Amino acid sequence: MLFSPTPDQEFLRGTTARFLDDKVPPRVLRDLRGHPQGFTEDYWRQAVALGWAHLLVAEDLGGGSASGDGVADLALLAYELGRRAAPGPLLVNAIVAGALSDAGGHEHVVKALLAGDELATWALLDDPRREGLAGAPATLRPDGSGFVLDGSKRPVESAAAAAHLLVGAVSPDGPTQVLVPTDAPGVHVAPLRGLDLTRRFDAVTFDGVRLDAAAVVGTVGGAAADLERQLLRALVVSCAESAGAMRTAFDMTLEWTFDRYSFGRPLASYQAIKHRMASMAVWLEASHAIAADAARAVGAGAADAAKLASAAAAYVGGQGSELLQECVQLHGGIGVTFEHDLHLHLRRHTVNRGLYGTPAEHRRRVAAELEREAGPEREAGAAA
Amino acid sequence: MSLEPLEDFRERVRAFLRAEVGPARARSTAGLRNLGDDEDDLREVQRDRELQRLFHDAGLAGIVVPTEYGGQGLTPEHQQVLNEELVGYDSPVRNQVPTMTPCMAVLLDFGTEEQKRTHVPAILRGEELWMQLLSEPGGGSDVAGASTTAIRDGDEWVLNGSKVWTTGAWWSDWGLCLARTNWDVPKHRGLTVFMVPIDAEGIEVQRIEMLNGNREFCQEYLTDVRVPDSHRIGELDDGWTVGLRWMFHERMAANSPYVTRPAEMELAAVDGQSIRRVALDAGRADDPVAQELVGEAEVLALVGSALGRRVAEGMAAGTMTEQASAIARLYHGLSVARRTTIAFELARSAGIAWSDADGALAGVGDDFLMRQVSCIGGGTTEMAANVVSERVLGMPREPSRDRDRPFRDVPRGGSRTSWAERRGSA
Repeated sequence: MLFSPTPDQEFLRGTTARFLDDKVPPRVLRDLRGHPQGFTEDYWRQAVALGWAHLLVAEDLGGGSASGDGVADLALLAYELGRRAAPGPLLVNAIVAGALSDAGGHEHVVKALLAGDELATWALLDDPRREGLAGAPATLRPDGSGFVLDGSKRPVESAAAAAHLLVGAVSPDGPTQVLVPTDAPGVHVAPLRGLDLTRRFDAVTFDGVRLDAAAVVGTVGGAAADLERQLLRALVVSCAESAGAMRTAFDMTLEWTFDRYSFGRPLASYQAIKHRMASMAVWLEASHAIAADAARAVGAGAADAAKLASAAAAYVGGQGSELLQECVQLHGGIGVTFEHDLHLHLRRHTVNRGLYGTPAEHRRRVAAELEREAGPEREAGAAA
Repeated sequence: MSLEPLEDFRERVRAFLRAEVGPARARSTAGLRNLGDDEDDLREVQRDRELQRLFHDAGLAGIVVPTEYGGQGLTPEHQQVLNEELVGYDSPVRNQVPTMTPCMAVLLDFGTEEQKRTHVPAILRGEELWMQLLSEPGGGSDVAGASTTAIRDGDEWVLNGSKVWTTGAWWSDWGLCLARTNWDVPKHRGLTVFMVPIDAEGIEVQRIEMLNGNREFCQEYLTDVRVPDSHRIGELDDGWTVGLRWMFHERMAANSPYVTRPAEMELAAVDGQSIRRVALDAGRADDPVAQELVGEAEVLALVGSALGRRVAEGMAAGTMTEQASAIARLYHGLSVARRTTIAFELARSAGIAWSDADGALAGVGDDFLMRQVSCIGGGTTEMAANVVSERVLGMPREPSRDRDRPFRDVPRGGSRTSWAERRGSA
C-alpha cells in the first residue's frame, strides 16, 4: 500500500482495483498491444464512472475527491494501475480536468470529461532535443481578438484519442496555456512508437492554428505557476504508478526465488540472492515512502512540495529502474521474454521515468530548491 | 486522565525553548569528526547533563516514559512535536543514544520495578549516562557469541572478559552488559544481561584511536568485576530475549520515540545543505555536475527521512514488524556512505589537502576515509540484509554450525591457518 487510506479512499481504491482485475488481466494487455488507442471506449467510460476524471475537479462542476485531497486520491488510483500495468490515460485526463476547473471557464469540456464522453490530454514536453521541462518552442501570437498557435510537442499521451489538448506556449506576455481541439485546422497528430503495451504517444504539431480568446486557460502570460502545479501533480501520480509497478515486479521476483531451484536448492536460500532481495526491499519501501511524502506535500500545497516531488521523481525513477532490471536479472532469460509478465511492469516504470523529466533533471531541480531555501547565505558563503 | 493536546504541548515546548534554551552549540565532534580536545568533550558532556536536567524540570524529558518512572506518559506524536520545535535549539545530544535507547528502553522492557524506579528517573534527570557493553573483540557481528563470562558467587556475579566499541565509556556512568552464564548449552541459551557501574573495581577503560584521530570509542577489560544479582536484567540464561529487543532499540536509534533531538538533525555532516555548502566553497555553485551531485545527496536525505517515518508508522500501526527497522538501517548506512563520497568528490583536491580557511571543505577527506563507519557501526549492513531477507521477506535462514551444540564446543577462531598455507594444501 502506498499509504494508509481513509475509509472513503479505500472504497475508491477498492472499486478500481476490482475493476482492473476483472477487465484487464495480463492476457488482455497483450491483446491490446495492436489496438490503436490501447484501450476501448467502453473501458474508459466505465473507468470514468469510478471517478478517474473527477478527483481534481471542483464539486460545483460535478467533480470531487474522496478524501478532500484529490492528489492523494489520484495517487492511490495510479498505484493500482501501476500494479497491473493497466491501460487508460488516467493522469493526463485528470490533470487537464483539474487545470480547467482551477482556471474556470470551459465548463462544457469539463462536463464531457466527467461523463467520459470526451478525453483530454496534456502537451507538456517539447522536442526531446531541447533541455528542460517547460518553456515551450510552441508560440502563441495575438491575432485580432484571438491567437495563432505554432510549434510542436512530443511525446503527448493519447493525443490521437483525445478531443482536447492543453498546450503550454510562449506568448509576448509570457507563458500561456490554451485548450486546443484536436480537430482544429492546423493540428497534426502523428503516432510515435513507444515502450508501453497500452499507452500511446504522439507527436503533435501546430501549424498556424487559429484560436479565439476563450481558448486561453487561466490568464495570458500567467501560466508559469499553473504549469508548475500541473507538473507537481503529474510527478506525484506517475511516481505512485511506478511504485505500484515496482511492487508487482518485486513480489513476482520474490516468489520466483522460492519456486526456482538450482543445484538442489531454491534460489532464495543463497545469501548472494537474499542480500540482493534485501537491497531491493529497501529501494521498494523507500520509493513508497518518498512517493507518499510527495503526495502529501503536493496535496497540501506545502512549502517543500516541489522539492519532495522532484526527490520522488529522482529516486523512484532512478532506483526503481535498478530494482526492475534486478528483477529481470534474477529471473534470467525468461525475464526478457514476451511470454513472461515482468516486462509489463518494466515498461510502465520505464515510460514514467522519462515522461516528466529524467532523474538527473530532477536532481538538479532539488539542488535549485536547496539553493532557494538557503536564500542570501550564498552571497555570505561566496564572500568568505 | 486525558492527555495534553498536541497543540497545547507544542505551545508549552515553544515557550520553554524561547525562555530557557539557547541556539544550537557548535560541537566538539560532528559525527566521528574531532573538532576539539578531551576537555572540550568533558565540558560538553557536563553541559548536556545540565540541559537534560533543564528539560526534565520543564516536564519535557522521557515524553513516552510512564509517569511512575519520572516520564511524561505522553505519545510518540508528542515526542515528534518536541523534535520538530527543537530545530535550531540546543539540546542534550549526548544523553540520547545509547542512554535513552537502547539502554533505558531495555530497562523499561525488562527491568524489575526497583531497577526501573532507581535508574530511569536518574537517566531522565541527566544524572546517569549509559553505554552498551555488547560487542566483543572476538565477536564482530555474532553478538550472541559473547564470551565475557559471569560466574555466580553467592549473591554476586563475577564478570571477566572484554567489550569493545563502547561510545564514550570514558565519561559514562553505567553499562548494560551481555555476558555468558552457561557454556554447556547452545549459544543463544546461555546468556544473561547485567547492569554494571563503569567505575566498578576491575573495569579498565581504554580509548581507541580511530584512523582520523577520533577517540570517542573505548574498549573495556573486565577483571573479576563483582555485581549483585539485583543488577541482573531479565531471567538467568535468557539474555538473548533481552538482546533481541536491545538490538531492535539500537537499530531504531534516532527514530526511537525515546530520543529527543532536532527533527532535521543528521549525525554526519552530509545533509543536503551541508553538501551544498561544500559545492559552494569549492566554487562549484554554478557547475551543473556539482548541482546534480548536491541534488542527489538531498534526494537521499529526503528519502531517508521519509523511509524512517514510514517504518516507524508501520510498526506503530502493526502493519510492519519490528524487524522492518533493519530496512531503515540498511538504507541509512548506504545513503550516508554515498553522500560522504559526494562531498569528497565535490571538494576536489581540497578533500586531500586543506586549510582552516577552506570552510566546508575542511575535513571532508577524513570523512571519506571513515566512510564505511555508517555501514559498520550499530550492526553491519550485511547483518541488516540478513534480517531483511530472513525476517521481513521470509527467505531461508543461513545454515549455522553453532546452533545445536554447547557453546563450549563451538569453534571460535584464533587457530586459523594462513591463506598461503591453505592455498598450499589445496
